[in-house]
Amino acid sequence: MGTLMRPLDAFAVADWLRAFAADVAANEALLTDLDRQIGDADHGANMNRGMRAVAALDPAEFPDARAFTKKAAMTLVSTVGGASGPLYGTLLLRLAAALPPDGPIDRDAWSVALRAAVDGVRQRGRAEPGDKTMVDALQPASEAFDAAQDDPWGAAARAADAGREATTPLVAHKGRASYLGERSAGHADPGATSAAMLIRAAAGTLS
Amino acid sequence: MKKLINDPDRVVSDALRGIEAAHPGTLRVDHGNRVVVRADAPVTGKVGVVSGGGSGHEPLHSGFVGRGMLDAACCGEVFTSPTPDQILAADHAVDAGSGILHIVKNYTGDVMNFEMAAELAGAEGIEVASVVTADDVAVADSLFTAGRRGVGVTLVVEKIAGAAAEQGRDLTAVTELARRVADGGRSMGLALTSCTVPAAGKPTFDLADDEIELGIGIHGEPGRERQRIAPAHELAGRLLEPVLADLDFTGAPVIALCNGMGGTPLLELYGMYAEMFERLTSAGIRVVRSLVGNYVTSLEMAGCSITLVRADDEIIRLWDAPVNTPGLRWGR
Repeated sequence: MGTLMRPLDAFAVADWLRAFAADVAANEALLTDLDRQIGDADHGANMNRGMRAVAALDPAEFPDARAFTKKAAMTLVSTVGGASGPLYGTLLLRLAAALPPDGPIDRDAWSVALRAAVDGVRQRGRAEPGDKTMVDALQPASEAFDAAQDDPWGAAARAADAGREATTPLVAHKGRASYLGERSAGHADPGATSAAMLIRAAAGTLS
Repeated sequence: MKKLINDPDRVVSDALRGIEAAHPGTLRVDHGNRVVVRADAPVTGKVGVVSGGGSGHEPLHSGFVGRGMLDAACCGEVFTSPTPDQILAADHAVDAGSGILHIVKNYTGDVMNFEMAAELAGAEGIEVASVVTADDVAVADSLFTAGRRGVGVTLVVEKIAGAAAEQGRDLTAVTELARRVADGGRSMGLALTSCTVPAAGKPTFDLADDEIELGIGIHGEPGRERQRIAPAHELAGRLLEPVLADLDFTGAPVIALCNGMGGTPLLELYGMYAEMFERLTSAGIRVVRSLVGNYVTSLEMAGCSITLVRADDEIIRLWDAPVNTPGLRWGR
């Protein structure tokens, strides 16, 4: 039995995703600007539109965390569009499928769910660490979560931030940024930036 | 921008209203999900054939819904992939319990959204197989894809898979055929002018009066290089050369598509086809079926593309099988 976390239910997940939505809203211009430098300049607007819709979902209308998370996933894929929609949607769908029933949840159960979510993103985007994508924030977060002595979500958030920073000098191999080749170096990846916000929001709400 | 529209945001939904009004009894439209479905779907005992993508390439895909071709098409925003819930709605509308084939053009957003929809359908017990078309020899990685773009061969795959499904073949057989067609097809296009995406309001790219963009995609994304305009005779060669260099088209009957990008008159397309046909014939390539017209378009872009598909007797028979859709119709 690992560290005890906030009991699992739809409200816990809703708090997490609302915190993420607030972060995305506050940083919409930053995300879009990062995307303008290496992509097609719509990551901030797209994510903000999607997360606003997720934040509007009422957790009281869902029987459990899994049902709420699945609905949040589908809301994202139907409102975000492009590649970010399926990628974030997959993250939440895989998370939902791996979550245990509502009630007490320990770090081992979160670890399994987080790993499933990150694996889903890697699979969907066919991306590995170092490709300058969301995976560069998510993969270290998942590993730090597993390795942490205490405060696994806090450790995950710090690792995600570091992973995001580490994308700055990289040359993109996947996604829209990859078409720029060498010119993609010098800017943090917008997907890794929003993904780090997602993990940071988890640290603030799920511990 | 000068277009016959009400509002850039309503272009797709207005067109869907028109499709519904123009083809009563043959097609029906799910306006909420932006899905065009053949009126008699789901057809008992038949594999459902579903495609879709960004709007602005008409008649692809909504114009190819009907008997002998697609069971449903999902229409994304202009040049934007449909979302998984749209695709899933199309799957639901055509699911007769015999499985569904997704025909997907190789663009990053399309591939991911169709993949997700297939997983969601799979989770509901609907068997879904997918074939990704990637026939454009112009570029290995375009602005919109990892790997080659899916363009003209998509129509041929939709026709052959649709005919095979109509004959009652099972999902494995229909999928295998669709892959065979996709693998044996190659395309190359050129643009004389840019198109204007309604929401953007201005041309996607600038091209001088005496310039062409060789190897253009169907979203105005750039191709190999800019060149000076030349007579059709020469341009036909520039389109065919990379296609023939990429795959051997001798030794099999070939289906040829000379496709307009939306803004080129048939007079010019037939002229181009004449040049292409002569070059193919003298290269020892036996074109047994052909199609000339605007089929896989890019709004009002002027230009054309050539698609060649290696065929065999079975593929030719399925190509000749009756089809009744707004954009393609023959046989009975």
